[in-house]
Amino acid sequence: MNTFEWVDATSVEQAADLLAARSANGAVVAKAGGIDLLDLMKEGIVRPGRIVNLKSIGGLDGIALGPEGGLTLGALVTLARIESAAEIRGRFPALAAAAAHASTPQVRNVATIGGNLLQRPRCWYFRSQLFHRDGANAGDAISDGENQYHAIFDNRETAMVHASTPATALVAYGAEVQLTAAGGQRRTVPLTDFLLPPDIKRDRDTVLAPGEVLTHVVVPAPAPNTRAAYHKQTERDSYDWPICDVAVVLQMDGETVAAASIVAGWVAPTPRRAVESERVLVGKPLTEELARAAAAAAVAGATPLSKNGYKVALMEAVVRRTIMAAASK
Amino acid sequence: MSTAATEKNGKAPDAAPSKPEEAGAPAGQPATPNPGASRQQTLTYGIVGEPLEQVTRRVPLDEPPPLADNAALKVIGKPLPRLDAVQKVTGAARYTFDVKIPGMLYARRVTSAVAHARIVSIDTAEAEKYPGVRAVHVLDRLLLQAQVRDPNAEPASRYPTVRYLGQPLAAVAADTQRAADAAALLVKVTYEPLPHVTTLDGAMNDGSPADFPGPTEQPGTAGGGGAPPGLPQHGNVRGPDTGRMFGLPRGDVARGLADAAVVVEAEYRTQVQTHVPMETHGLVADWREDGLTIYASTQFTTSVRDEAAEMFDLPKSRVRVISDFTGGGFGAKYGIGNFGLLAINLSRKARAPVRLMLDRREEHVSVGNRPSSLQRLKIGAAADGRLTAIALEAYGSGGVAAGAGVGFAHAMMYPCPNVSAIQFDVFTNAGPCAAFRAPGQVQGIFALEQSLDEVAGRLGLDPIALRDIIDSSGSDDSRARRVQRRIGAEKSGWRTRRPPNADTGPIKRGLGMAQSHWLSVIYPPSSCEVRITGDGSVEAFSASQDIGTGTRTVLAQVVAEELGLEAGDIGAHIGDTRYPIGPPSGGSRVTGSLTPAARNAAYRAARDLAARLATALGVPQDDVVFEEGHAGVRGNAATWLPFKEAVKKAGITELSHRAERREDYDGYLMETPEFSVGKHGIGGVQFAEVLVDTETGAVKVQHIVAVHDCGRPINPMLTESQIYGGVIQGLSYALYEERHLDPTSGLQLNANIDQYKIVGAREVPVIDVHVIEQLTAQTSTDARGVAEPANVATAAAVANAFYNATGKRIRTLPLTPANVLDALRA
Repeated sequence: MNTFEWVDATSVEQAADLLAARSANGAVVAKAGGIDLLDLMKEGIVRPGRIVNLKSIGGLDGIALGPEGGLTLGALVTLARIESAAEIRGRFPALAAAAAHASTPQVRNVATIGGNLLQRPRCWYFRSQLFHRDGANAGDAISDGENQYHAIFDNRETAMVHASTPATALVAYGAEVQLTAAGGQRRTVPLTDFLLPPDIKRDRDTVLAPGEVLTHVVVPAPAPNTRAAYHKQTERDSYDWPICDVAVVLQMDGETVAAASIVAGWVAPTPRRAVESERVLVGKPLTEELARAAAAAAVAGATPLSKNGYKVALMEAVVRRTIMAAASK
Repeated sequence: MSTAATEKNGKAPDAAPSKPEEAGAPAGQPATPNPGASRQQTLTYGIVGEPLEQVTRRVPLDEPPPLADNAALKVIGKPLPRLDAVQKVTGAARYTFDVKIPGMLYARRVTSAVAHARIVSIDTAEAEKYPGVRAVHVLDRLLLQAQVRDPNAEPASRYPTVRYLGQPLAAVAADTQRAADAAALLVKVTYEPLPHVTTLDGAMNDGSPADFPGPTEQPGTAGGGGAPPGLPQHGNVRGPDTGRMFGLPRGDVARGLADAAVVVEAEYRTQVQTHVPMETHGLVADWREDGLTIYASTQFTTSVRDEAAEMFDLPKSRVRVISDFTGGGFGAKYGIGNFGLLAINLSRKARAPVRLMLDRREEHVSVGNRPSSLQRLKIGAAADGRLTAIALEAYGSGGVAAGAGVGFAHAMMYPCPNVSAIQFDVFTNAGPCAAFRAPGQVQGIFALEQSLDEVAGRLGLDPIALRDIIDSSGSDDSRARRVQRRIGAEKSGWRTRRPPNADTGPIKRGLGMAQSHWLSVIYPPSSCEVRITGDGSVEAFSASQDIGTGTRTVLAQVVAEELGLEAGDIGAHIGDTRYPIGPPSGGSRVTGSLTPAARNAAYRAARDLAARLATALGVPQDDVVFEEGHAGVRGNAATWLPFKEAVKKAGITELSHRAERREDYDGYLMETPEFSVGKHGIGGVQFAEVLVDTETGAVKVQHIVAVHDCGRPINPMLTESQIYGGVIQGLSYALYEERHLDPTSGLQLNANIDQYKIVGAREVPVIDVHVIEQLTAQTSTDARGVAEPANVATAAAVANAFYNATGKRIRTLPLTPANVLDALRA
């Protein structure tokens, strides 16, 4: 790990200014919980000249329910708090479950939702400094190599997948992120637009501009009669990255599905909305057969690589089970 | 007898049984064990709780009397918490990682960034100029891997050819670790790349890039290693090793198969597992004018001393190795290693102590692994179950090192008249393998015990009933397994086991069993000194080390029993080559090698003390006993003294006795310069209950019953602890662990403990451990080892349970969703 400067930011605006400035020693990077940043620095993938500590900014760690029932999370809210907050467990159970199944208790106590959404891919090619060198071609190496945990959809440009699992639930709930730039300009971006397909040549996998700070995650109020479930399928239970994770948000009209949002993570470069499944479900009474058909539709367009074909069958089972789990809530 | 063995006492301790011909000439039968004055001794033989026999054996005249069974003993056989437990849990225990000595420098290695290349140049100028750097050393040789047989097959170079990505090339020592790390990055290496191959199948192809330009040898050093010499090699494929050391080939396999009522034929594949000890490899080397001191994370202090002496041309008397605690090793921590060559050279150059501990990535890549395997196994059996033939063809890759055999169970475990086992090493451009907890046997038994399960199924026999028929050698381990099968069947609910694929839903439950086998390996030079000081202090000394099993505690218990003291009364001193030579912590060897020597030394010290005390008290010396912290004549109050008082009364300043490990009373099955093998093995039987999610491929192991033997358990708590560890490691191998190499670059992609997956707390099932007490009547303590068999049967038991759950065989490890869903589709 290299030597770097450290600055404690005291406000979002100051942090944005700091992040827009340059350092003679190298990149200026933001740090919240520091979980991913430390990993990247230990691997020599990020060699910051200056680290801007965001945890010293007050007021970014709130959990607030709006009058309409929408949820606003400060970017510094930890995964442990999302997992345990009664207002989230009650109204946004898929989000609470996603937070609860991320990483380990120790990491969840430190990791923030902002940092979680901004983390880089956990792809083991991405995480090896070797593939960040000039002339290295991670994409070709993945195609010819160890791609068992890579994308089975939309994987022609890149097969790396976004690492955040809370993102899977947040996309299903239609979340947005609020950003503040140097000078104080703010904008709100839907999470689906915020996340970009991972690119080893860039320094981030989002539309966050240099100098911009992610300040809040906003989740709209669920419609009445909404039911939701989340499942992360792993090899190990103790601590593992997913093979795939699925969030299902259903708006029910009696036994009939009025609206559906089905999202799968770790199967495409960004969390993938299974619109094919949603079409199968909407307007029909939810049965095991219907869930089976919806799950089949979810994987119909899969284009697996040399070693990840097993993810197709696995995802199909997880989609079906998660739909049924949501319906039974 | 021990002096001959002492000459090469460090060599090939742990790996050797998997590389049978390493020992050179076929094992000879020794003449009379323990020549010299002797007596006929009646001993109790058998499994406590089962009918016992009295046997008469020739034992040395001054051998201590036989021990009673554990129930009648005071300290031996008691579940005593390890004496250094508090030190360990408080962090007070000093591991090599923790060693800090004044003026100590920190080192970092420079490793290759490519998988196969000739090195054109290594430019260290920038690194040497870096602030704080005190020395740089470039390696000119490599230990622990194969070497080209004909040195002219490669262009001469001052640098060893790079054969895997991550191979050590050089190292830098500096005032701080940070400076060493930074300077190591400044060493410029220019490569002339060569084509590489990382997969077993790829390397076996005719047109494959060759790892070596010609046939190879793997010379052993005092630090271990070594492959059977002179075997043929075609491309990357070296062999076959035909199992000569274990009496193979035997009989006529073709006839045995023709005579069989059923023949089961299958192909199995096992993955590369890395050792991942808690403490990485490393040492602190302190080179001084008057000698070299090494603080080593090692499982064999003597091998570190001897290899350092050999490599640096020093008399052994000028090399001292200290190992207070070792944070695991599992077979890979012998000798000084290439990191030791670097650290010692750096210390010599810098004239300062140098600490070189590997980081986790280096640990995964460059200091050992369990080789992969591809096994084609044919088993023939008669209608009544008796085996008529076993035919094995096995290939495995230990990267740039030889040693990828799959063990000796085929030759030894079940009597069978017709057996052939031909085994090949396949070289790939990957880090070298090293001995790993039951080397070879884990892979071999994964296949063998599954095929036997299949034989049972084909014959309509219960798997336990089949073993009752075929596990008939009559050896101690075979007798133990018969009892273990019965106990395990009761504890696992075997009676209620259902036919395969009995669940109709997607989640299926199954129960399976498999058997374990390992050799009783002995390190004959093992010695112990017991010292009693005038104030009543008692100390025991052995150069042996504690790899984590509790060596100090076991040593103290044996000495305490003899002197009527508590284990905590004994100063147990280990981990220093200035003490009498001790066994390596490998091959399941420490307790079986060390405790007879320790008991005999303590017995001699006790009798010496008794004689002096008898004189002082005016009583017959044979009446003097040591019990319950007292010494003297029982029932004679005037002479019944607290131990310390008795020592004072005896009027000694210091009394010291030393004893060596005698031969097993019945002698050995085989003897090599490095180790001896008892006529009886050790084993166990394990039962696994699994849940298979047939839709996701997720496998959950819910319950393991592990029934094991180790002769007499000296400390049942520590014995059970080793079995828990073995089961967990075996389970981790069965379900998760796998080294992933990128074929394009040769890089290990998961050289961390994030993506190299090991069982965590939630994956550890309920584990029921049961240890039987087997009186072997072979030594003064009856003790044998347990570490390796605890790890051997787990993967096979899980795979057999998988079959019982699903009706499908899984012949590829590990049981990841990818492999499971593949197996279920078959």
